[in-house]
Amino acid sequence: MKNNINPTMEQKEQTNTTDELPKSPGRLGLQRFMQNKLAVAGTIILSLIILTAIFAPLLTNIDPTKADLTKIEQPPSSEHILGTDSSGRDNFARLLYGGRISLIVGFSAMMFSLIIGVVTGTIAGYFGGKIDSLIMRFADLMLALPFFVLALTIIAIVDEVTIALFVFVIAITTWPNLTRIVRGSFLTLREREFILSAQALGAKNHRIIFKHLLPNAVGPIIVNATLLMATMIILESGMSFIGMGIPQPTPTWGNMLSEAQNIRILRNHPEAWLPPGLIILLTVLSINFIGDGLRDAFDPRGNKS
Amino acid sequence: MSRYIIRRLLVFIPMLFLLTIIIFALAKAAPGDPLTGKQLDPTVSKEVYEIQREELGLNDSLPKQYWNWLSSLASGDLGNSMYYNGRSVESLISSRLLNTVYLGVFAYLITLAISIPLGIYSAKRPYSILDYTATTFSFIGLAIPNFFFGLIGIYIFSIHLGWLPSQSTMSDPLLTGIPALLDRLHHMILPSFTLALAGTATYMRYVRSEALDILGSEYIRMAKAKGMKERTILYKHTLRNALIPIITLSGYEFGILLGGAVITEQVFNYPGLGMLFIESIMNRDYPVIMSINLLLGATILFGNLLSDILYSVADPRIRYD
Repeated sequence: MKNNINPTMEQKEQTNTTDELPKSPGRLGLQRFMQNKLAVAGTIILSLIILTAIFAPLLTNIDPTKADLTKIEQPPSSEHILGTDSSGRDNFARLLYGGRISLIVGFSAMMFSLIIGVVTGTIAGYFGGKIDSLIMRFADLMLALPFFVLALTIIAIVDEVTIALFVFVIAITTWPNLTRIVRGSFLTLREREFILSAQALGAKNHRIIFKHLLPNAVGPIIVNATLLMATMIILESGMSFIGMGIPQPTPTWGNMLSEAQNIRILRNHPEAWLPPGLIILLTVLSINFIGDGLRDAFDPRGNKS
Repeated sequence: MSRYIIRRLLVFIPMLFLLTIIIFALAKAAPGDPLTGKQLDPTVSKEVYEIQREELGLNDSLPKQYWNWLSSLASGDLGNSMYYNGRSVESLISSRLLNTVYLGVFAYLITLAISIPLGIYSAKRPYSILDYTATTFSFIGLAIPNFFFGLIGIYIFSIHLGWLPSQSTMSDPLLTGIPALLDRLHHMILPSFTLALAGTATYMRYVRSEALDILGSEYIRMAKAKGMKERTILYKHTLRNALIPIITLSGYEFGILLGGAVITEQVFNYPGLGMLFIESIMNRDYPVIMSINLLLGATILFGNLLSDILYSVADPRIRYD
């Protein structure tokens, strides 16, 4: 008895090539996703942004960290398409390379938070009882501090911020949201007949969790992980904006925006701060559209509006 | 009902204690203690510091230190700032708190004033131009980092049009009476709209989907069938029921606003609690950082408590035992 309603990506691709078979849930989901124009547009735009970040060295041959104090805050020219920043670094190169850091930070922080969230949520939702209330009380407590504030507090305690440490900090401040979602779906699934029958057949805990519960909870987990990545990108940019994120001269979109705290740059050089802001907006918008598309694809009953 | 409230309170109090433990742990994990800065003075011998440490209780066991900290907390003593030469944390916080409260209340009013009418009307005419505009706005509102929105606001309304001030709370501290109030409001327009952005976008989606649900429900069809006026249906039945999630969310919204104020205040140089927080982070002023954490955490826990209770009051269908 397979209850694999929500297949993985590979299964989606497989179903794509076998035309004669009856429509599998995965194929139906893919179809629903493809019908959602915004989700498709989001996928295309996000892919383009990722590609420009990956192929940054092909698009510019300027080193994004190379400062030139003789050429600070220059207006756009053929050499520097978006001008230079307050340390004479090329804005266009920083925009492209910054995408790498911002996207990697967002993605790895999301993955990290996802792992903590799924593990704690699984334990809480499956075993229940004391361990459940312990985990959930702790999660509530973490949620009681705005994660921006908590992350900044931890940053203030540690001496030097590296990218890995930064990822760790924003991940350990955001996991409780996922814990709640995983726990919630486990709680409802746990009472369903197929789990009862698996238990009656004497299936071990780990088999029930990995074979029956997790595959059925994959939908909400993926959707929320997608949306979480958007949150992470905003969080990174916000912390870098106030100078408490990824340290300079490493380029990130948030670091570029922090230049606009200087009223002179804000006034005279919109070409320096407008592009990173717009690209953050575009990235987050695309991710949110993809998340909504995935939600509809996984849960056909949910799309009523 | 009252049993639920009592049970919810019984959860709230231990949570508050746990919060103090976590904040105490964070404070202990922070490098340095109140004497670190003063130790640089070479004319004072090490023994003097040892005596002072002993007097301040810094050599006690951790549980004892926690207990001492908690009891001074209970009497309203939050300690002294390490950066502002021993100025008390209470005076620092109270000098800024009110500004943030004004900003938060103003932002919340903006959120309600925009999201409720727009949400209701987009539900009334789904897929109309207004609905699409409102939906687009809410998508962008949720995706734009609020500090970037603030920067654009300053760029357009302060730098280019010159309509709105972009810094501080008042242009002249000597103003009094009505002109002072107007000046303050004028200074609050940009920051409060920036702060209100995300909440407005979220609320609009809530009101819209809630109102759509209600408009499709049986009792609205019944009301239509018996010939009730559309206005009455919209205001008396739909609006009132669609407001339930809004009222109950207000407790949570409080926390979101406080968190958002941290970065918004930084953009607009608005001297509130958020800016004090960032300054303290930059100066590694741990007593102030921890006190603000405690204040925010306690406020948010209280807001959540309030939301849960309001929810149980507003929707009697929900049972808790």
